[in-house]
Parts: sequence; C-alpha cells; structure tokens
Amino acid sequence: MLSRILIANRGEIALRIIRACRELGIQAVVVYSEADREAPYLRLADEAICIGPADPAESYLNIPRIISAAEVADVDAIHPGYGFLAENVNFAQICKECGITFIGPPVEAMRLLGDKVEARKLAKKVRVRVVPGSDGVINDEVEALKLASQIGYPVMIKAAAGGGGRGMRVVHNDISFRGAFSAAKTEAQAAFGDGSVYLEKCIAEPRHVEVQVMADNEGNALHFYERDCTIQRRHQKIIEESPCPVLDEDTRVELCRAALRIIKEAGYVNAATVEFLLDKDKKFYFIEVNTRIQVEHPVTEMVTGHDLIKWQLKIASGHTLKFRQKNIKHTGVAIECRINAEDPANNFAPCPGRIAAFIPPGGPGVRLDTHVFQGWTVSTSYDSMICKLVVHQRTRVEAIATMKRALGEFVIEPIKTTIPLCLDILSHNLFIKNQIDTGFVERHF
Amino acid sequence: MAEKKDKDKQRDKGKGEHREKHLARIKELLEIMKDNDLVELEIKNGDEKIFLKRSQPQPPAITTVPMVAPTVPIALTNSNAGQISPAPAGPAASEELVAIKSPLVGTLYSAPSPDSESYVEVGSLVNSTTVVCIIEAMKVMNEIKAETSGTIVEILVKNGEAVEYGQVLFRLKPD
Repeated sequence: MLSRILIANRGEIALRIIRACRELGIQAVVVYSEADREAPYLRLADEAICIGPADPAESYLNIPRIISAAEVADVDAIHPGYGFLAENVNFAQICKECGITFIGPPVEAMRLLGDKVEARKLAKKVRVRVVPGSDGVINDEVEALKLASQIGYPVMIKAAAGGGGRGMRVVHNDISFRGAFSAAKTEAQAAFGDGSVYLEKCIAEPRHVEVQVMADNEGNALHFYERDCTIQRRHQKIIEESPCPVLDEDTRVELCRAALRIIKEAGYVNAATVEFLLDKDKKFYFIEVNTRIQVEHPVTEMVTGHDLIKWQLKIASGHTLKFRQKNIKHTGVAIECRINAEDPANNFAPCPGRIAAFIPPGGPGVRLDTHVFQGWTVSTSYDSMICKLVVHQRTRVEAIATMKRALGEFVIEPIKTTIPLCLDILSHNLFIKNQIDTGFVERHF
Repeated sequence: MAEKKDKDKQRDKGKGEHREKHLARIKELLEIMKDNDLVELEIKNGDEKIFLKRSQPQPPAITTVPMVAPTVPIALTNSNAGQISPAPAGPAASEELVAIKSPLVGTLYSAPSPDSESYVEVGSLVNSTTVVCIIEAMKVMNEIKAETSGTIVEILVKNGEAVEYGQVLFRLKPD
C-alpha cells in the first residue's frame, strides 16, 4: 500500500480523500491556498502545506508548486481529485518523470481518451455507437458546413480538447453556422490551447447516462453500474441518481459492457466514467470518457457499497480487482443533490460570503459530503459547489421523500444556495414521472 | 513532641500529596505537548505559573503545520524564542518590523553552498536586492531578495528546512 500521498486539491474532495487515507493507514499531505487557510479538513491531514495565494493559477493549478510540495513532503503519490490538474496530461507526465505515482490512469490512456475526437474513433473501433458526427477534427469551414447539412440540424460544434460540458455550441441552421464555427474555434484555442473542433448531431431530448468503471494494472476492468445525470443546467450537473430509472435490464447490460470495451481498448487503469446520451428510443450513444474520479461518485458508492476512492488508492498501490463482475450488486436507489452557493432567483448569480448558520441534515439514509461549516467563508476564487447531499433508500419514491426531508432540514444562511431549486425539481411532476431530458431544468426553472 | 510530629507528618503528607498532584499534572502537560508536537507551554493560574520547554523534536520534513487540536483547553503561547520557531506570521511581530515571506514551496538554504557563510545574520544590513537565502524548488535554486532595505532582526528558519508559500522567513527593521 502507498504509505504517504499528496492531495493536490481542495474542499470536499480533499476531505474525501483524507478520509479514505485514514482508513487505509496512508499518510495524507494536503496542499492549500491562502483562501483555504481556515479549512478544518487541513487538520485532519498529517501535514498541510501552503502553496500559494487564492488564485488557482498560483496554487491549485500551479504544477511547479505542487511538485515542489510533493518533493519536500516526500510522498509516494499524488491524488489530483477532480477538476484542476486531474485530467492534465502534462501534470501526469511530470509526476511520472519525478518518480511520483499519479493516482489515475497512465499518461497515454489519459492522452488518448482526453482527446474527444480520438475517443470517438476508439469507441467506434470497439463497436460502440457514437453520436453521429464528423469522423475527426474539421478545420475547413466549407467542409464543416456541408457535413452539418448531411448530419442534419441542430448540430453541436465541440472542442476536441474540451469536455466536462465546456467548449460546446449548438447551431440550428446554415446561416448561423459559419459565425459559430469560427467563434467556437477561437474559444477552444483560448480555453484549451487547442482550436480543433468536431461536429456532432444534437440528439433530441436526451437523457445523460454514465457508467462508473474501474480497471487495474493487470487489464481487469469492472463496472459499478450507471448513473443518470439528466438534471443539468448549462451542462453542469445538479442532481444525479442511480439506477437510471428508464433503463431496462438488457440495455443496462449492453451499456455497461460497451463502457468496459472502451476502457479496456484504451489500456486504462484506475477510475473512469464513460458518458452516453440516451435517446427516446432507449438507444445509447457514446459521448466522452472522464479520466478521473467524478463529483457524483458517492451515488455509486451508496448503491454498490464500494468505496471508490479506496479502490483508486489500492489500484495505485498495485492491488488488483480480486473479484468478479457478478459480485458487484446494485441495491436500492441513491440520489445526489449538488448544492451551490448561487441564487436561483437571480439567474444563479454566485453568492460568496460568510456562512453564519450551518445546520446539516441527518437521519437514516442521508450522507453529506462537505468541507463547509458554520463560520466558513465561501470564496470567489473557486467553483460554487459547497456540498453534496446524497440519500439512499430502497425505492425511488422513498429516496425522493428522504431527499426532500433532508433538504428541508438543511440550513445554510445568509448566503443563497440552490437548495430551493433542488426541492422544486424533486417536486416536479415530470421529474417524478421520469419524463425529463437534459433541457428540462433550463426550460422549467 | 508527638503532636508536633503528627502535625509535621500531616503537613509533610499534605506536601507530598500536593507534590504528587503537581507531578501528575506536569506529566499530563508533557503528554499534551508531545501529542500536539509543541515546543513550549506556559500556563498562568493567578500567581502560579508553569513553563515547560521541550528539546526540539526530530524534524519531520515539514515544519509548517500550525494546526492545534481545538479541544486543548489551556492557553498556549507561541514559541517566540525566535530563531528556531517555524511558525508562519508569528503574532508577536511588532508594528515596525517587515516580514520577508517565502514566495515558494521548497527547501531553504541559508548560504550559497555548504561551506560558505550564511547570506545574512541577525544584525546584517540589507537593501532591496540583497540575497537573504536560497529556496530550492524542483532542483532549481531560487535566490530570495530582501525587497526592503533595513537590518535583519530575526531569522525564523534553519538551513535545510522545508518552507511553504507565505511562511515568514526573516524579520527586518526597515531604514
């Protein structure tokens, strides 16, 4: 087992990783920026090292400072969490060169699947249906326009180096296409350092379904079933659940096997999530692979009883997945609500500031993952997610009831949060009846 | 005589008990110091004062964790013995002194090479471009400059010590 690791992240995921380290007897060194100096999870780590000011470019995204901290702390490995440097191929490469284990995939697998165009090609190679679109990167506007008409509008222009809901534009007709195409390329260049784009057909009213997978160093890969993340706003997930309430068993098996084929073909190791769109006819289309642990991993932990962060640490230590797919059972229904410091009544304007009152919910079936406490100041420097509230019950109806109860108990004041929004969604007829798609939140709220 | 002896015995017994309690208390405090990796501990209770000082524990690679368990109910004074205390931004800094803080995470060296003299000592006069130390980060040696002219008053770090961003390295009295 690894004996000492550095956690190159912050907030709730840093705390999550510290907890797994504690239980595995791994020493945890955590980095922090000046904005996180008062974070209570720092004292739960074995060491805490200040690496810079609040600005992520000078701290959580600063590779030299993080590597330097890893070296002075003399760690075996680095866990990058999610976001920040978690999918940064350069960072993974540098860790390798410095002899520090990167807790995640090998550099080449990350590079391959991180390129959304290459990932699509790989999926096609292993007979997984992809969203109809261009075969590769399209640089020529004229060619792109022709292809767009062939595919059929509406069409999405996506950045090859993008992902996670960023670098995407929807175009509805030829007239707006040219302008959108050059703008998309410019944005992609600015945001990802790579202006390559590709085209995809916009699937009408899709659901977003993703499969959690885990692979070890000996080529074994297992899935931990799916999560449905259809409740999104501007491509950022708000509510996730498992199982996907509209999947029949055959489609589920097919979907999970497709995810495993992709992971194995890429030579992937450690945790990943394979994302698909599900159309009205229950056909699924591959969109991308997230080569990291995801925010919503607790949903899968609740329904399978497996600790995914511990698996990440064990696999990075060289352990193998010593059990069979049939040993992973799916029990009950789990739902997660991401709670952000945003005001839903004011166009989701961020609400930083000091939390004067914080009364977390509890009781049966409730799990809360957060670094926040009464007296904590939500900073403007980082994303607005302050906690993840997860419930697990035997049925979806009971899970929804428990989540509503828990949200109702939850006090976070005086800043505004998305708790009221979550309550409204959970009470909405269409959500209850599973008649939703990824545009649902934006249409109704 | 017997009476006096009894009284003496009682008094001695009382003193003995008092001493035992006192020793037990000191042992308790020493445990607390060890558990929280404290170097100095001072407790004032009316006229009574206990001051305990430990020899520096074997240095871990990092000396940058100022975290103290919140359940410790006694007031702790920050070690202001100065030279060896690694506390970042010590609260006792007087108004006039300027702190030179680390801009990097890395290992600090007080001298240009193991055989040379230190860049600065207490009392050294510096100007804004005087190199006060080197911080090594990822095999690159970075010269750290004073940025302010004045006289070095306090050196809070040791040669070879690991330092974090923002850690106070020196204090100087500006001109």
